[in-house]
Amino acid sequence: MDNIIEAIVDVTPAYFAGFIMTLQLLAISGTGAFIVGVFIATMRISPVPSLRMFATVYTEVLRNVPLLLVLMFCGVVLPILGSDLDYFVLALIGLTAYTSPFVAEAIRSGFNGVPVGQAEAARSVGMGFIQTVTLVVLPQAARMVVPPLINVFIALTKNTSVAGIFFVNELFKQTDAATRDHPGAVISVLIYAALLYLAITVPLGLIAGAIEKRVVVMR
Amino acid sequence: MSLSVLYDAPGPKTRRLSKIASIVGIFLIIALFVWLYLLLAAPRVNANGAIQPGTFDPSRWDIVGRADLWESFGFATLNTLRMAAIAAVLAIAIGILFSFGRTSRFAWIRVVTSVILEFVRGIPVLLMIFFVFLVFTAGSYWSGVIGLGLYNGAIIGEALRAGVKSLPRGQREAGLAVGLTPLKTWALIEFPQAFRQMLPIILAQLVVLLKDTSLAFIVSYPELARTIGNNSNFFGSRYIFTMFAIGFAIYLTLNLTMSWLARFVARRSGPKLGKALPNTPKQIGEDGTRAITLPRSLHGPSDPPR
Repeated sequence: MDNIIEAIVDVTPAYFAGFIMTLQLLAISGTGAFIVGVFIATMRISPVPSLRMFATVYTEVLRNVPLLLVLMFCGVVLPILGSDLDYFVLALIGLTAYTSPFVAEAIRSGFNGVPVGQAEAARSVGMGFIQTVTLVVLPQAARMVVPPLINVFIALTKNTSVAGIFFVNELFKQTDAATRDHPGAVISVLIYAALLYLAITVPLGLIAGAIEKRVVVMR
Repeated sequence: MSLSVLYDAPGPKTRRLSKIASIVGIFLIIALFVWLYLLLAAPRVNANGAIQPGTFDPSRWDIVGRADLWESFGFATLNTLRMAAIAAVLAIAIGILFSFGRTSRFAWIRVVTSVILEFVRGIPVLLMIFFVFLVFTAGSYWSGVIGLGLYNGAIIGEALRAGVKSLPRGQREAGLAVGLTPLKTWALIEFPQAFRQMLPIILAQLVVLLKDTSLAFIVSYPELARTIGNNSNFFGSRYIFTMFAIGFAIYLTLNLTMSWLARFVARRSGPKLGKALPNTPKQIGEDGTRAITLPRSLHGPSDPPR
C-alpha cells in the first residue's frame, strides 16, 4: 500500500505536466480541425465540382488511414520535405489533419438532418443559395451539429495519446515512463492516468448528452 | 428539373463559370502535387555536407523487387487482418453484453454496466491495450485483441442500445403480451430489429477497429505499422519513405475496401423499419442526404438535365 501511495505522489508532477500537454494538443488541434473541417464541409456542398471532388478525396483518404500513419507521415516525411518544425507542432499538424474530415462529416450529417422541406420552403419563397443556407438551413443544423462535434473532440482527446508514441511528452508518454519507474504499482499508475483522461472525456460526453436531449425536445 | 434543392439548375453563364472554377481548381491541385513531387525528388544535403539522393531516386526504390520485402509486408497484412477479425467478433459479443446490461430490469446491473462502459469508452484505446498488456500479461496479440474488442464493444453496445430504444414500444408490449419472458422478448423481438437497424453504424465501427489495429504497435505486435518501422531498420533507413509509401497504400486499400463493403451492406440491409412507403425514386444523393442533396455524378450541375 505504501509503495502505491508513494508511486502516485511521485508521478503526480509528471502526470500534471502531461495532462497540460494533452489539453494543449486538444485545444489547438481541435480549433485547427474545426476550421479546416468547416472549410472542407463547405467545399463538399459547394456548386463547384472540382472543389467537391477535392473535398471528397481528402475526406476519404484521411478517414481511411490510421492516425498512427498520419503521425508517422508528419514525423518522418515532413522532415524529409525540409521542415525543421518542433515535434509538438508536427503532432499538432497530424492531429489537425486527421480530425478535420471527421469534423466535416459531423457538420455535413447535421446539414442532412434538416428536413428537406425547410430548404424547399426557403427556395419557394424566393431565397437564393446563400440566403437558404445562412438563414434557414444553418441555424437549424448548428444545433444538431454540436453533439456529434463534441463526440469528435472526445475522440480527439483520446487520439492525442498516439502523439505520445512519437513526439510529445503528453499524458500517455508520462504513463509509459511511470510504469517503468514503478513496476510495483503498475495498476495504480495506469488507473491514475485513465482517471485523468476520464476527467476530460466524461464531462464532454455529459455536455453532448445534455445538448442532444434539448435538441430532441425542440424539434 | 433542378439537381439540388439549394441552388437552381445552373444556366449557361454559371455553367461556364463553374467549369472555369473547376479547371482552375484542378490546376491548383496538380500544382500542389507537382510541388510536393519536386520537393520529395530533390536531393538533400544533410548536416555533415553529404548529398543524399532524392526520394524518387532509383537507389531508394531498388528493393521493391525483393521477395523478402513483400513477404514481410504480406505477413504484416495477415497479422493486421487476423487481429481485426478476432477483435471484431469479440467487439460484437461485448457490445451485445453491454446493451443487454444497460437495459436490464435490475438497477444494480444497469449501474455497474454504465460505470464500466463509461470507463472503457472514455480512455484511449492505446492506454487500454497497454493496460491489458501490462496488467494481465496477455501477450501482444491478445492484448491488442482484448483492448480493441473492449473499446469497440462499448461503442457497438451503445449503438445497439439506441437501436432498441428507437423501436416502437408496441414491439416489446406485443412480445410480453403473447407470453414471452422479458429476456425472450429482448432476444427474439427487440434485439434482431435493433441489430439490423444499427448494422451500418456497427460496420463503420469495425472499419475504425481495423484502423486501430495499428495501435498494437505499442506492444510490439508485428502488424503493418510496426513492419514499416522494422523494415526500414532491416533494409536501411534510406528506404523509410519507400516503406511508408507501401504501408500507406496497403492500409488505404484495406480500409477503402472495408468502407465500401460496409456501405454496400448498409444500403442493402439498412433501416427498413417504418418504411411504409414504397421506395420513392431517389435520383439525387443516394446516402440519405436531405437538405443538401448532392448530385450523384461529380459533374452534376454542369450536366444537361436528363
